[in-house]
Amino acid sequence: MQFFFEVLIGGLLSGVMYSLVALGFVLIYKASGVFNFAQGAMVFFAALTFVGITEMGVPFGFALILALGAMILLAIATERVVLRPLVNQPQITLFMATIGLTFLVEGLAQGMWGASVRGLEIPGIQDEPIEWMMENTGIGVSKFDLFAAGVSAVLVVVLAIFFNKTRVGRALRAVADDHQAALAIGIPLQDIWRIVWAVAGLVALVAGVMWGARNGVQFALTFVALKALPVLIIGGFTSIPGAIVGGLIIGASEKLGEIYIPPFVQSTFGIETSLGGIEGWFPYVMALIFLLVRPEGLFGEKHIDRV
Amino acid sequence: MKMKKSALIGFAVAAALGASVVQAADQYIGLPSYRVGPYAAGGTGIYGGMIDYFQLINERDGGINGVKLTWDECETEYNNARGVECYERQKKNGPTGNTVVHPLSTGITYSLIDKVAVDKIPIISIGYGRTDATDGRYFPYVFPLITNYWSQSTAKIKFIGMKEGGMDKLKGKKIVNIYHDSAYGKETIPVLDAQAKKYGFTVKHIPVAHPGNEQQSQWLQVRQEKPDWVILRGWGVMSAVAIKAAAKVGFPREKMVGVWWSGAEEDTIPAGSAAKGYIAAGFNVAGTNYPVMKDIQKYVYAKGKGNMDDKSRVGSIYHNRGVVHGIITVEAIRKAQEKFGKGKSITGEQMRWGIENLNIDNAMLKKLGAEGFMPELKISCMDHEGSGKVKFQQWDGKQWKVITDWIDADKSIVRPMIEESAAKYGKEKNIAPRDCSKES
Repeated sequence: MQFFFEVLIGGLLSGVMYSLVALGFVLIYKASGVFNFAQGAMVFFAALTFVGITEMGVPFGFALILALGAMILLAIATERVVLRPLVNQPQITLFMATIGLTFLVEGLAQGMWGASVRGLEIPGIQDEPIEWMMENTGIGVSKFDLFAAGVSAVLVVVLAIFFNKTRVGRALRAVADDHQAALAIGIPLQDIWRIVWAVAGLVALVAGVMWGARNGVQFALTFVALKALPVLIIGGFTSIPGAIVGGLIIGASEKLGEIYIPPFVQSTFGIETSLGGIEGWFPYVMALIFLLVRPEGLFGEKHIDRV
Repeated sequence: MKMKKSALIGFAVAAALGASVVQAADQYIGLPSYRVGPYAAGGTGIYGGMIDYFQLINERDGGINGVKLTWDECETEYNNARGVECYERQKKNGPTGNTVVHPLSTGITYSLIDKVAVDKIPIISIGYGRTDATDGRYFPYVFPLITNYWSQSTAKIKFIGMKEGGMDKLKGKKIVNIYHDSAYGKETIPVLDAQAKKYGFTVKHIPVAHPGNEQQSQWLQVRQEKPDWVILRGWGVMSAVAIKAAAKVGFPREKMVGVWWSGAEEDTIPAGSAAKGYIAAGFNVAGTNYPVMKDIQKYVYAKGKGNMDDKSRVGSIYHNRGVVHGIITVEAIRKAQEKFGKGKSITGEQMRWGIENLNIDNAMLKKLGAEGFMPELKISCMDHEGSGKVKFQQWDGKQWKVITDWIDADKSIVRPMIEESAAKYGKEKNIAPRDCSKES
């Protein structure tokens, strides 16, 4: 039972890391109805830029600010070059544009900072088990994972306040509902897009630093976006709390599935070959089940067409 | 006017002849490289080292017997389809076409095996590619040189046996094999199973889904299993994550032995302090304290002609691996020139002969300034691997330190498996084996 809880807790904390990436998708989808395929590339760009700046001898905190500045510049450039010419185009056109943006951002990041793999350590936070917990319960919970959960919690609260309690947040939601209607009542669409892409850049920076500290800053950071997709399907594309809950469900279920499903299948069907490695596809099966039962996700807005 | 026209024609002919003379003194090598994408760290290092060595030969020696090496790169992004496209684009370049292909990708190697036999251009796949191509009777144009995956797997068990105090001490031990859940990762499972049977240890295989960003459940299983050793067969991000995850569950890094694709600075630096003590196999060592590396600094980098943007990577595992690729390529060209004409450009077919008759012994390695840098190599028609030896290196927190001499593979296990697999391939493809006694 102790092992079960260890896997469960570890899974939930991993899920929080997925949620960090999923939040970036939610922000842009919420404000523009665009599924930003480039979010993974933005995570990579942000982390690489941050590490590149720290390698110049810039202190950690100041490097974060400079990297955020780079993300804001990227947001402005994206709005000017990619989004503005595509106002009122079908969603699929904008989606395709973000696919192109993915390759551009990936290439830009490596062109600017090189393709070398870099280490990243957050001062004072080690990825090692909390000793007293290990001694008293036998369950290993990483200090780093708890720190990441704390960072995510703060981020969610800040974003929830931003979206629900500020003028800009309400404007973001209006733009998401209807570009033309928002323009008609005087909401500056271009400003709103710049803001939301900059906020998504901030989320990408936080996710990039956390994932970079965990796995190293390298191209594989772009792959973490793949795990955000089932999180979004389960939590709903427009819900910030949904991204968190979806992440927790995916994290816990994939870890428990990886440990318990292969031996169950082996013993039930008498298979002798080594099974496992199901973490890659198991979240998508979960997402598929949710799509069949609740297509809008747990917290997503139900789409109603009035005729 | 007529005279003027003849003079012009004469000048043009002379220029053309002159150009062809210049061209004839070139030896073209098309490099299907990858400098962007998920595996760019390996690509930039290895192709960078290879190009640095080619540049050294041109700058210091004026080429090979006066034949200058030329090359160009075609970006594959480690993608099979692009690899094939690059091969097609490069195969007719240069005065005699492409000399040799270094795909640096098992997938691209597999995609090219049939093509190179038709085009008569050899593939060199050092430390990757198709293991059974070691049997040159069925694969005349494929050279998985130095050591294949099965050989290194047996060398790893030998190393673990040494650490335990003898191969007989392996009886009753438990080894966990953490592998990348792909054809590459699974390739050593049968060899490990055969060795477990032979030496009496138990082996548990635990797969990690691509790309390996998450390994918590795998390492919790490791903690439950309490193995004596863990073998890491990783690639890319998986290796660094595995090292960190091992630290998280308290598994000693001194008991983790990685394959050479999990044994570069790119695998240990991102893992930070967790990587200290981690061990990996390697068919080349790191460091710049070898005459060949000093020459690269002196003749290439001092002249501003170095290929590596990040100069701190010169002498790293990947960069030095590229230099090994360069040494083998150059010596094979030299060997082919000895037979087919010194100072002349050779064809791919002649290069194949050069590789198959290559013998780089310690005396030659010393002459090349690479003694201890790479193992001796003797290729033949029967044996396209030529060595099977690896050294083991340990990460001390800052750099790799060599902790063993060259350790040979257990060929009594590996060779029969290779011959069986190669014969099966020959039957599938209707290829009659070459009679190696008639090859010279």
